[in-house]
Amino acid sequence: MNAAAAVQILHPSGAAKDHSQQRQKQMLADYFAALSRAKEEGRKVVYTFVPGNLVELIGALDMLPVLPEINALQSAMRKRSAGYIAEAEKAGHSEDVCSYVKCDIGMMKSGNIGPTGSPLPEPDLLLLSYTGCFTFMKWFELLKQEYRCPIVMLHVPYQASGVITDEMRRYVVDQIRDQVVPAMEQVAGRKLDPVELRRRLALSRRAEDDLVAVWESARHRPSPIDGYFGGVYYIGPIFSAFRGTEDAVAYYRELREEVEERVVRNEGPVTPDGTPAIERYRLVVEGPPNWTHFNDFWRMFSREGAVMVSSTYTRVGGLYDAGFRHDPDRPLESLAEYCLGCYTNLSLPARIELLERHIRTYQADGFLINSVKSCNSFSAGQLLILRELEKRTGVPGGFIESDLVDPRYFGRANIENRVQSYLQMLQARRERSVA
Amino acid sequence: MSAGAAAPGPQAANADPAAGMLDQARRLVEDRTLGAVTAWKAAHPGALAIGYMPIYVPRPLLEAQGCLPVAVFGGGDQVDIIRGDSYFQSYICHIPRSTVELALAGSLDVLDGMLFPSICDVIRNLSGMWRLLFPDRYSSYLDLPQNFDPALGGRFYVAELTRIARELEAAGARPLDERALRDAIARENRRRDVLLGLDALRRQQPWRVPASEAYLVARAGSALPAAEHAALLAGFMRAALERRARPYDNVRVVVVGSFCEQPPLELIRTLEMAGCDIVDDDFQLGLRFVEGEIDESGPDPLESLARAYLERGAATASRYIGDDEKGAALVRRVKSASADGVIFAAASFCDPALLDQPMLEAALVRAGIPFTGLKFAENTGQFQVIREQAGAFSDAVKLWGSAA
Repeated sequence: MNAAAAVQILHPSGAAKDHSQQRQKQMLADYFAALSRAKEEGRKVVYTFVPGNLVELIGALDMLPVLPEINALQSAMRKRSAGYIAEAEKAGHSEDVCSYVKCDIGMMKSGNIGPTGSPLPEPDLLLLSYTGCFTFMKWFELLKQEYRCPIVMLHVPYQASGVITDEMRRYVVDQIRDQVVPAMEQVAGRKLDPVELRRRLALSRRAEDDLVAVWESARHRPSPIDGYFGGVYYIGPIFSAFRGTEDAVAYYRELREEVEERVVRNEGPVTPDGTPAIERYRLVVEGPPNWTHFNDFWRMFSREGAVMVSSTYTRVGGLYDAGFRHDPDRPLESLAEYCLGCYTNLSLPARIELLERHIRTYQADGFLINSVKSCNSFSAGQLLILRELEKRTGVPGGFIESDLVDPRYFGRANIENRVQSYLQMLQARRERSVA
Repeated sequence: MSAGAAAPGPQAANADPAAGMLDQARRLVEDRTLGAVTAWKAAHPGALAIGYMPIYVPRPLLEAQGCLPVAVFGGGDQVDIIRGDSYFQSYICHIPRSTVELALAGSLDVLDGMLFPSICDVIRNLSGMWRLLFPDRYSSYLDLPQNFDPALGGRFYVAELTRIARELEAAGARPLDERALRDAIARENRRRDVLLGLDALRRQQPWRVPASEAYLVARAGSALPAAEHAALLAGFMRAALERRARPYDNVRVVVVGSFCEQPPLELIRTLEMAGCDIVDDDFQLGLRFVEGEIDESGPDPLESLARAYLERGAATASRYIGDDEKGAALVRRVKSASADGVIFAAASFCDPALLDQPMLEAALVRAGIPFTGLKFAENTGQFQVIREQAGAFSDAVKLWGSAA
């Protein structure tokens, strides 16, 4: 594809879109269309979570996944989450708890309308991949109250000491083999074809290779990607319904080519204003983004020339740049290692080491922690992460607070003030070091 | 306030046969510098004291290795939080910040190690913080299985317990010995028998054993070997039976949601003052976590510990409820305690309790059991609103049999 064509398609907002984004949009449209036809076509639907998802297994049994976190964040981007959360809180859910859960519950109570305007199909199976987040367990216990369908749980042990032990791997593999797969086969009405599973895992691996090349392109100056705000689009297919498909392979190949072309042109990523980013500051980000004011949040940085060269949120669905790949020759073992290795399943010391590596690898000027009220899995301990990283790297950190999908916790003026003060501090440091 | 409400305490303290034991329990509970642990270590040179966070750690494993298990419940309402707050955002519950405060102040220095059982993401992440803040002290995360199949979760759990035993040995504890473990299990079972006896007395004659007192004598066991705690509990129960006491016209309630961060004692008293006899609760759930005796005669005592957790673990919020109906266990508890209603008392920002609550409420609605809910922090100091709320609940239940 030629360079010009890559950024010619305009979004209604005026922002330019890469071809890969158009491809992803089409993939999503096809996916939601398939979901809307699922019941009439007799296809089974599996609700499951992003971290530790087993979409290759789901796909190998010709079932369709639905990921409730993604429903929640899409609701927030469509400005629906406030109403859904209010609905859930009216039904007795505490204001203290995860807004993803409340948004999903509220959406369900409001007809479960998906982003295309059609209702999402009810689940035939709840596949509770309990990986890296305690709330997942409660979330599916709540959904179990609403949907009279079977539920199967995969308990993934926590990597408290920073390593995957043989016992952990065996525990997860045995659960997948002895409980998860039989439950899925029961719902699917067919046996799992190991050849098909291996074929999908091989496709996953190809897409993962290209995604890693995309992440690592941020070593270049200027970075051709935004590894946080842009990164959440890059992870869309591989973290959700498309890992293990030809579509995902094509998407990541195209994305990689676009990124490599930007490297050749010494061009930054496209900002939400539709223009290539001008890189003044290189930042690494810890924590999920705010979804209710996503573009406003992004602009606070892009208009100041801050490019996010890497982020941890984009690793919640797999640490591919740390070397992990799905392996068709070790299907269940590699699925287990995938579940065990998701970012939020890492200990706090391991998270700090990973962030330190990213700060050094991508030569960051600073790092930013977006601490979201909703997610204790991410947030508890982040103030210690801030101190430790500053101590180890000498790179200054910024700390802001918001939420995932509850707009009540996005204080625009406060956040903008903090971001600007932080960037001014980085600039002052830079000037001092030059002087 | 309810007409039948009365201040807890069956009679004047100076005439109370249980007063001495209550004083002892109060001193143990309020001693944030763990003087009893220091004394125990002086009497057991070389032995380790191992702290652990709520809810559940299998204490017999630690006792079998010659260690003193010490349940750590944060600083309660007696510790000013200065440094602890700088480690946690405002929307994180209180127990980790007061625990860090105590540790940074040196109040936990007597502990030779800390265990962090899986209960929620905050305590999970605290385990990593601990390793960074106190790198020279032993600490470990105990991953309790959520898969209750003995061949899957059971095997994993036995491996976890074996790992902990190995780590304790490396830290200076005695090697795990089968006979010592059997003996420790037997002592834990005896303690549990007495505790259940006290619970039964509370249910039958709540005017004789107010929950606020039962709480104190149960929690006093946080830093006592099982046998000593059993003796304290038995002594208290004997004394309580000697009390001259009369029933009050109170409602009988079950309090749930306080299984980790503990409510201030004054909050429990406030509920009693508002006309509620708390006939069951989950304040000190760790001591009652296994519902039934741990098998003392099985071929492998480690396996027995594991089976007890898998098969008879309490249906609390941190435990996955897959097959059973959510809330069914609470309804059974209410019925078994002949309670009139439920008070949900969750710590602010407690994910497990607060995410669980709507499901438990739904079960209570289906069963026609009235309930009300409140939130607290371990250092809550204002109780008037809670007293009014609990009083209104108590009156409503008495007058109409529901909270509506």
